[in-house]
Amino acid sequence: MLLDSVFSWWAGNERMIGLLVEALGQTFTMVFASGFIGFIFGIPLGVILHLSKESGLLENRSVNKSVGIVVNIGRSVPFIILLVAIIPFTRFMVGSSIGTAAAIVPLTIAAIPFIARLVEGALLEVPSGLVEAAQAMGAKPRQIISKVLLPEALPGIINAVTITLVTLVGYSAMAGTVGGGGLGDVGIRYGYQRFDGTVMLITVVILVIFVQIIQSVGDHLVKRVDHR
Amino acid sequence: MIEIINVNKVFYQGEHVIHALTDINLTIPQGCIYGVIGSSGAGKSTLIRCVNLLERPTSGKIIVDGIDLTQLSNQQLTLTRRKIGMIFQHFNLLSSRTVFDNIALPLELAGISKKAIKVKVDSLLDLVGLNDKSATYPANLSGGQKQRVAIARALSSDPKVLLCDEATSALDPATTQSILELLRKINQTLNLTILLITHEMAVVKGICSEVAIIGNGELVEQGRVGDIFAHPKTPLAHQFIRSTLDLTIPEDYRHRLLSARTEKSYPLVRLEFTGASVDAPLISQVAREFNIDISILSSNMDYVGGVKFGLMLAEFFGPERAAQQAIAFLKAHKVEIEVLGYVA
Repeated sequence: MLLDSVFSWWAGNERMIGLLVEALGQTFTMVFASGFIGFIFGIPLGVILHLSKESGLLENRSVNKSVGIVVNIGRSVPFIILLVAIIPFTRFMVGSSIGTAAAIVPLTIAAIPFIARLVEGALLEVPSGLVEAAQAMGAKPRQIISKVLLPEALPGIINAVTITLVTLVGYSAMAGTVGGGGLGDVGIRYGYQRFDGTVMLITVVILVIFVQIIQSVGDHLVKRVDHR
Repeated sequence: MIEIINVNKVFYQGEHVIHALTDINLTIPQGCIYGVIGSSGAGKSTLIRCVNLLERPTSGKIIVDGIDLTQLSNQQLTLTRRKIGMIFQHFNLLSSRTVFDNIALPLELAGISKKAIKVKVDSLLDLVGLNDKSATYPANLSGGQKQRVAIARALSSDPKVLLCDEATSALDPATTQSILELLRKINQTLNLTILLITHEMAVVKGICSEVAIIGNGELVEQGRVGDIFAHPKTPLAHQFIRSTLDLTIPEDYRHRLLSARTEKSYPLVRLEFTGASVDAPLISQVAREFNIDISILSSNMDYVGGVKFGLMLAEFFGPERAAQQAIAFLKAHKVEIEVLGYVA
């Protein structure tokens, strides 16, 4: 019955469909752009956190502490607050504080510490014996990172990518606050503010499918690269 | 050639100071297979990890092929380590790389060309007998195969020295023998110096020409394998060798054991044969000479370097006087003998 209403609605709402397609595109852009940039910064941060740890490869208490504190701060600010709190920075970065591009900035800022901790966790899974073996065979620290730590942690890192992207899908729903658009925004504006339950349902269904696809692709990739 | 000179290693655990190694001096000649044996916690793992400075000694020198490793900068140390191969108890193969790529890793680190790597790795796969496993991932190999890959990997940079950290401790006895066989082969064909640490007597007996016994962070004895096992000079060495042979009294015997001889009970004795014991068929001689019957309960005898040694639990059936004479006779022939009690 619910499905019937969705289908009949779909037939009579060409304009709405256009809006949803556009929103899906915005969600897609926000999630993948911020995820991508997030990983560019988050992976090195995770590596630094791991290496500088006590009895790590490049043990350095002060680096570990300071990076750790910054990361924790980043992770403790609720996203909706972060979104508005860094508006000046957003404006500086993309020239505007509203729109999809503007939403990508806070999404990225939120993603970086999240990714850093996940990557740190993935690196922690690499048995310390492997690093030791690499040291024993005369690997330089840079080689240990590129040839041992990252390849061995790859399944965990891909898992981290998946978790991050799914989380970003959730965060992106709040991007409507700064006019970022996206499916979550459509759901709130049409579903909540205009009492159009059908639109809300459709956006939720699309988001569910979107998340399912991300998770399945991620799981599939993990399976392919995991030889443990 | 490895020289370990006055090496000390101290760990600090909060307030606790742990002397993991105390004044270790050891010289391992080129081409020798040298074993360091000790029970767990004796410091043997710390010792071997000090040789390539995975663990930096608190004081002392580690000289490998004339170079004092403790004096090198980090960068020089990294390069020098390429001439020191190492294998581990848990193999430490990269799960993300195939057998071929695992063996190729040290060569990649050294920046060798792909073509040269292929030639080298193929010859190593030949050496360790794993040609057909080239494209396999380590997860699909057996323990013995994994250790073969690890050996090939350790040999790929043509090291002068191979360190084996409990390399066979995770393997079953048959696989252990095949790995030892391989180690002996590479020792002979490549004139490779091998330092191995283990808690298994069988390993030392199997391939080592010289052995050192480590206990509580100190080297208590060192020398040729046969000498050490047959004539341990220090109590600790004696105790260790005994512990590897140890024979415990079976539970039901222990319950039946009496402390004094009564009517119809017979002595249960522990015989210890060492290199000093007279090499003669003593058990049958005793039985014949004193007309007693000897029932062996359990026995762990070994033959290393021309010497028989080991422990035996036995019951002496016969009149009290005959049993005492037999015990005196064995003592006279330098068999250490202890009456554990009397079994009814």
